[in-house]
Formats: sequence, structure tokens, C-alpha cells
Amino acid sequence: MQYLLLIYSNEAEMAARTASALASMMAEYTEFTKGIIQAGHFKAADRLRPTSAATTVRVRNGQVAVTDGPFAETREQLGGYYQVEAKNLDEATAIAARIPGAKVGSIEVRPIWPVQA
Amino acid sequence: MSVGAIDRVVEEVFRREAGRVLATLIRLLGDFDLAEEARQEAFTAAIEQWESTGVPANPRAWLIRAGRNKAVDRIRRDVVFRTKIIDRETASAEADAAAVSEDEDDSTFGDDRLRLIFTCCHPALSAEAHVALTLREVCGLTTQAVARAFLVSEETMAQRLVRAKKKIRDAGIPYETPEPPLFNQRIHGVLAVVYGVFTEGYAVTTGTRLVDAELCAEAIRLGRLLDELLPVNPAVMGLLALMLLHDARRPARVSQNGDVILLEDQDRTLWNQAKIAEGLALVDRALSTPGPLSPYAVQAAIAALHVRARKKEDTDWPQIVGLYEVLLRLQPSPVIELNHAVAVSMVDGAARALDLVDSLTARGQVSEYHLLHAARGRFLQQLGRPLEAREAYRSALALATLEPERRLLKARIESIDGLPAGD
Repeated sequence: MQYLLLIYSNEAEMAARTASALASMMAEYTEFTKGIIQAGHFKAADRLRPTSAATTVRVRNGQVAVTDGPFAETREQLGGYYQVEAKNLDEATAIAARIPGAKVGSIEVRPIWPVQA
Repeated sequence: MSVGAIDRVVEEVFRREAGRVLATLIRLLGDFDLAEEARQEAFTAAIEQWESTGVPANPRAWLIRAGRNKAVDRIRRDVVFRTKIIDRETASAEADAAAVSEDEDDSTFGDDRLRLIFTCCHPALSAEAHVALTLREVCGLTTQAVARAFLVSEETMAQRLVRAKKKIRDAGIPYETPEPPLFNQRIHGVLAVVYGVFTEGYAVTTGTRLVDAELCAEAIRLGRLLDELLPVNPAVMGLLALMLLHDARRPARVSQNGDVILLEDQDRTLWNQAKIAEGLALVDRALSTPGPLSPYAVQAAIAALHVRARKKEDTDWPQIVGLYEVLLRLQPSPVIELNHAVAVSMVDGAARALDLVDSLTARGQVSEYHLLHAARGRFLQQLGRPLEAREAYRSALALATLEPERRLLKARIESIDGLPAGD
């Protein structure tokens, strides 16, 4: 089964970290990513620029509205994701628990909805 | 064999095997609803065929094979059922199903019931779903019975079950018993669900709700099943002991008109001695099994000290105080601190107990707990401070929701000033 592991954290808190704390977290991410590639779980992953760079688009009654910022103000913001192949939810949550961001934020584990052939 | 006879035989087999057959079919087919229909068809086939073929040597294996075959046929024929399990590997489901043989014994099927319990109590499901699924799928209660127990409509409970099963399918919750490192964490979730069912049935003390006694009985049945499937597990034994020792006192807890009778005022001759004997044996086993001390076992040991006392005067309060202190180190909680204070009042007097309760209140965690105010009231009364006691009882009354407890508090208030309480 395929899952998207959505990495949420409080951007303000993350931005307040020291350069060395940040570097150390990046190193952990590199380790983690290598590990899941080797184990055959990795499908895709990306780090996202913070919500200060986000833009939201809505189309209502044929009108396109483009606004500055994320879709909603939330306590934690989406910062990145991994797409993984896992046997079942327990395997997916075990992978999610090893994501470095899980220690400071929240990882939402969402099953991918397969397109029926 | 006459027609009536075969029905009785199958009924007997159903009584013994229905739960186990369902658990294995759920594992083989990977779907609760499919498994339930398959079981239904299997038992129907049994009634149709055993009359002429005779009862098979291993009825359980026969039923599982029959159920599996009918389900696999249906999967092949019916697109709807195929799409239900399109995300699971159908091929592997069929392969697993092929593996059911005459020789499968209790240990394999026992594992399936354990798998089912762990699946129903999976952390990815909501607490409500845990209880609903466990009662429905493991205990075999009807949706209507589960709805009645939790005071919701059958429709609401049915929806809750549908959502939970959908979550299991869509999110890929596995039908598995977790492996050792994870197992210890997850078993505590299972025990919490079982205990939750028990306390739901035990807390409502009107005595007129038959379903409450039934809930306690189901919880105890679950506890016995877990003890059978996980022998020599101190937490399981401790929980089962705790439930039995509490349930043993049920006949003495409520008066004719539905009033609460506190432990100290209960007619101990009404206590169920068989349950007490079973509970006491389990406490001994739990406490003598090596491994970390289980809070359930300690709570059961406290309950054991209460039931060992023929008369309330014989209660070994100092031991109980000691056990509460052990419990507080294992599992600190305001409720346990309060119970500890009550025990302390029996050994060191009300003043010391009042100090403990006031310290608890000062830490600010339990001002909304009516039993805390009720306890303060008791201690103040014992210290000859009736006006303060009345205030405490009034605070308790403002927070108490269960009718029998409210009546008890009102009676206390009335007894202090001889005038009827307000409200």
C-alpha cells in the first residue's frame, strides 16, 4: 500500500533554532532517507518552502481568487512529505516515527487512494 | 438423525465455535462483513449437510473451509465484493484460505481470536470504535445490544461500526498480533478497553439497568479469554482479578429503591463467593509471577484485602494504605491519591487525610471531581466540623450526575442540619 507521510511542525519554532541544530536535523533527514531507499520503501519526498511563500487559489462561481498564504492558519504547518510503499499501516507508522520531524512536530499518515482501473 | 436433533447439535457447535470461526474467517478473508456473511452461510450449510453426512470430526475446520469457499466463490462472481478488497492482495487471501486443513489446532485458532482483539483495539481507531468493535466482533453482541449499553441509537452505533471497519480497510490496519517490542505497549491498550467496558457497566449503580450487569459479564468474559490466550501475564491476571472481585460485590451494592450502599455498609453475606475465590487465586498468581508489577494487580490486591474481611472492622487498612502507596508510585493519579487519603483516614485519622486531600486540591487537578468534595465532607464531619462538611457536600452535589449518588449526598446534607437540602 502507498502512503503519504505529511510532516507538520510549528514554523516559528523551527525558524528559531540555531544553525547547528538545523544542520544536525538535516543530517538526520539524509540518514533517514537513505535508510528507506535501501529498505525499498521510498517513492518520493520533498521539502517545502515555508507558508510565507504559499499562495492559495480558489475558484467560486467562475471567479479565480488568488490570495497570499496557506489555505488556513494552523498551529503546525506542512513542511514536507514522504511517499512510501508499506505492507500495512503498522509499517507506515513505524517509518513515520523515524522521520526526524516526528520528535518536534506531527506526521500525518494518509493512505493514497488508488485509482480503480 | 431427526431434524430437531441436527438443529440442536449445530446450535451447540455455534455456541462453542462461532467466535473462533469468525476470527479465522476475518484473517483469511481480510474483511469483517465478508467474514460474518461467510460464517452465516457456513452454519446454514452445516444444518443442510450434517444430517446426512454426520457431524465432522473437526467441526470448526469444516465450518471455516465451508465459509471460506463460499466467500471466495462470491468474490469471483461478484464485482461489488471484489472491489471491497481490491486494495488487499486478493491472491494472498485465496492462498491463505487454501491453507486451512483438518489439522489446524487450538493454537492457530487461538491466535486468530487474539489477532481479532488487537485489531479491534488498534491505536489508529478511536476509543469509541475500540469498544464498539470489541463488543460486536469479539463478544458477538448485536449492534442493538451495544447501542443500548452506551445509550445511543442503533443507527448511531451501526454508523460507528461502519466507519471503524472502513478505517481498517482504507488505512490498511493489519489483522495481526503485534510482535514483542510493540506487544507490551498494545496489550495495555487492549486491557484499557476491557476495563473501560467493565467500568461502564459498574459505574451506573441504579441496579435497574440489566445491561450494566451484562457489560460487566462481557468484560469478564473478555478477561477470561485473554487469560486463556496469554497465560502467565500478570497484567491480564490482575485485571481479571480486579473485575471479578468488584463484580462479586454487585448483589450488595444497591438497595431495594436503587440507593447506593457503600462498601462499609454492604451486607457481605450477599457477596458472590465463587467470584471472590476465583479473583483471590488470580491475585496470588499475578503477584507471584516474575516481571514488572502491574497496576491492575495492585488494585486487585487492594480489592482482595477488602473482600477478605468478614466484617468491615476486620479490614487490614494499614496494608491497604501501603498498597495505595505502591500504586501511586506506579501510576500516579488524583483519583488514586484520593482513595489513598480515604484509606489513610482509617489508619491515621481524618485530620491527616484532610491534609492529603487539601494538598491534592491545591495542586489544582481535581476541583471538578465530586468524590473529592464528598471525601472532604466525610473527613470534616468526622472532625466535628459540620458546617464546613455541609459546604463540601454541597460542592459535591453540584458536580454529581448519577441519581443514586445525588440521593446519598442529599441525605448527608439533610442529616447535618435536619432540614431538606435545596435543589
